[in-house]
Amino acid sequence: MFDSLTDKMNGVFRTLVGKGSISEGNINDAVREVRVALLEADVSVGIARDFVNRVKEEALGEKVLTAVDPSEMFVKIVHDAIVDLLGGEREDIRWSTLPGEPTVIMLCGLQGAGKTTTAGKLANRWKNEGKKPLLVAADVQRPAAIEQLKILGQQIGVPVHHQHGGDPVEICKQALEIAKLQGADTIILDTAGRLHVDDALMDELERIVKKTKPAEIIFTCDSMIGQSAVDTAQEFKKRLPLTGAVMTKLDSDARGGAALSLRETTGVCIKYVTVGEKMDAIEEFHPERMAGRILGMGDVVSLVEKAQQVVDEKEAEAMRKKLEKNSFTLEDFQKQLAQIKKMGSIKDLLGLLPGIGSKLKGLDIDESKFKKIECIIQSMTPEERKNPEIIGLPRIKRIAAGSGHFDIGGQPAVKPVKDLLKQFGEMRKMIGKLGKLGLFSKDAFNGEMGGMDGVGGDSALPEMPRLPQMPGMGGMFGGSKKSATKAQRDVKKERKKEKKNRKKRR
Amino acid sequence: MAGFLSKLKAGLQKTASIFTPVSDLIKGERKVDESFWEDLEEALIVSDIGPAVAIEMVEKLRLMHEDGAVTSSPEVLSALKKLLVMGIPSVYEMKLGKNENGPTVILMVGVNGTGKTTTTAKLARFIVDNGKSVLLAAADTFRAAAGEQLDIWANRIGVDIVRHADGADPAAVVFDACEAAIARNVDYVIVDTAGRIHTKDNLMQQLEKIYRIAGKKIEGAPHEVLLVLDATTGQNALSQAQKFTGGANVTGLVLTKLDGTAKGGIVLAINREIRLPIKFIGTGEKEVDFAPFDPEEFCEALFEDLAEA
Repeated sequence: MFDSLTDKMNGVFRTLVGKGSISEGNINDAVREVRVALLEADVSVGIARDFVNRVKEEALGEKVLTAVDPSEMFVKIVHDAIVDLLGGEREDIRWSTLPGEPTVIMLCGLQGAGKTTTAGKLANRWKNEGKKPLLVAADVQRPAAIEQLKILGQQIGVPVHHQHGGDPVEICKQALEIAKLQGADTIILDTAGRLHVDDALMDELERIVKKTKPAEIIFTCDSMIGQSAVDTAQEFKKRLPLTGAVMTKLDSDARGGAALSLRETTGVCIKYVTVGEKMDAIEEFHPERMAGRILGMGDVVSLVEKAQQVVDEKEAEAMRKKLEKNSFTLEDFQKQLAQIKKMGSIKDLLGLLPGIGSKLKGLDIDESKFKKIECIIQSMTPEERKNPEIIGLPRIKRIAAGSGHFDIGGQPAVKPVKDLLKQFGEMRKMIGKLGKLGLFSKDAFNGEMGGMDGVGGDSALPEMPRLPQMPGMGGMFGGSKKSATKAQRDVKKERKKEKKNRKKRR
Repeated sequence: MAGFLSKLKAGLQKTASIFTPVSDLIKGERKVDESFWEDLEEALIVSDIGPAVAIEMVEKLRLMHEDGAVTSSPEVLSALKKLLVMGIPSVYEMKLGKNENGPTVILMVGVNGTGKTTTTAKLARFIVDNGKSVLLAAADTFRAAAGEQLDIWANRIGVDIVRHADGADPAAVVFDACEAAIARNVDYVIVDTAGRIHTKDNLMQQLEKIYRIAGKKIEGAPHEVLLVLDATTGQNALSQAQKFTGGANVTGLVLTKLDGTAKGGIVLAINREIRLPIKFIGTGEKEVDFAPFDPEEFCEALFEDLAEA
């Protein structure tokens, strides 16, 4: 299918690297690729066009031509332009400041965007923040929509105002009174999904707005939506004074280019994003993070910082030597696992890696598997960990029993242990191969792991995506902290400076 | 089949035909120059066909133009129509699978919010209207009130439904539904499954279990696995189609919500990549807003404006 945005960007920048300066010719190539990448992320055609022109203008300026590393500067320009488009800083809900006046929040959007679930998540979140929400079932169109909201309300312990067969406008009006009686301070209106071309239903929304005067009218947008996002958002905006948006289903692998289109066409801020099926799977929207997601760039700086916090330099050097000599044992493996765990969840960590983040988004990484591996290794004797070769069937049985692996008949289940030993053997083989390529030499660790490209084919980890460029990875296993991250710190410094300047200009 | 075209047209009329931007280009004849090609490419992208396909199509047409095979703008557009139609599988593949020795099991799958439950009801109505009996299986036990929703539909259409409590094992629902279908000698079992994001392994594995259970009760089941796809979906639909085809052996697509501004061009891209036949389309909220997909008529409707121009 198509390459990830990062792969594309990396491709673009590779053509820029080593050319010293950027001519109009190679900027044209680069921005053309950026345009296609944005379109593949479902950014609307018009907005992609404007964006590309803006990037081109900035990149052709002196900034890039005189910059030491044109590719890094280019990433920065693209990234910053997207952050700018997404609206800069985060904007909070406009809570009612009048005592006794509840804040009314209305959700609207197309069918299946996730309004009812989002209503439940918002209520749950605000309840946990100390608010007293009231949910209002104003969707009388879809069969059992009221029932759905009632069940969600029960789950999270938030009252739900509903009335079967009622008029949505009246139901919402009543809710204002009921909220006062119940002492609720936040009213969340869950309206029916509708097409913007459905005049009668759009009219209904207008009447609800007139009667309830919502502080916030939030457009709920499916992050997988395509080019029609612009039309839809525009039409809703025409009929209703939208004040904000929520992007849903961001736990999928959708790039969410609609976020850009939405912001550009409606001018409203995205206030929250939803990221899963559970009631707590809602997060605040951060333009910086979203830009990284759309670009698939990940957040390199924070990964480097995280790794530095936990990796002891001496330990790292010892590990490097072991890798180089291929004397890596199960004991070392155990240490590595513990170290990675200290950094947080594996999924979060991988998400921070440039190039991998986008591929892993939405992928389930079973952290309990790592726990199982740890258990098995812990059930071995020190001797066994150092020399896995001595482990025969009797030992395997003992280890299986010790780590709690039994089959239905109550006998030790040997397969998990055998699998682990096999995997470890393969890993060792691969480390050997990588070592021969000089990948674990001191120099290689200090620089970028450029040699990885050549070994993707027969690696023991077939599902790992190729890692095109992994700045900062050196820090994960060792090597000199300084040289591996200097470039990163420079980028960070630049970013801060730029931010300051931007503020000043305002 | 006459109903199909009128329904599709009615659905599309509410807004615009899929290729309105394209047909806008040929109101009168246009000079075939650089800006024409650019407009053509953008018009195709607006239909959600995807930048890669759009660029490739325009490139092909450009070459044809250079060779002198097509000269005027209307000729370019009719060549484009031919190129696009070539990507759609034949009518033969559109037909619904049938089990000759017992109930036919149809599984509805897809990500959250594409319209699986509504489509399940519409398909049931369609089959009932064609003189066959249907049993619904409410195997979405996850989403709050999904069973309730299907129950209401079953009552409206007048078909039987097998339902368990919320949170029950969906495979158990399927087991009971298959058993009931055999006992009651029902022609079709339509299984409404929970929406699942295609990248979540554990949820995709749950589908595999449903397969196993269905296959144990009724030979060859599920006989048809329909991926319900929202026409407003952008390029992510390719990823959905790929993942579901890999994990759930999808046999066909149902394209829903064609009554909006969505152009649905993404199905052309999907057909190029994995050749999944589109079996039905949904064009509204009522249970009759539904029709079997007919590629030729679909293309006629797509290019109706073109023909008139």
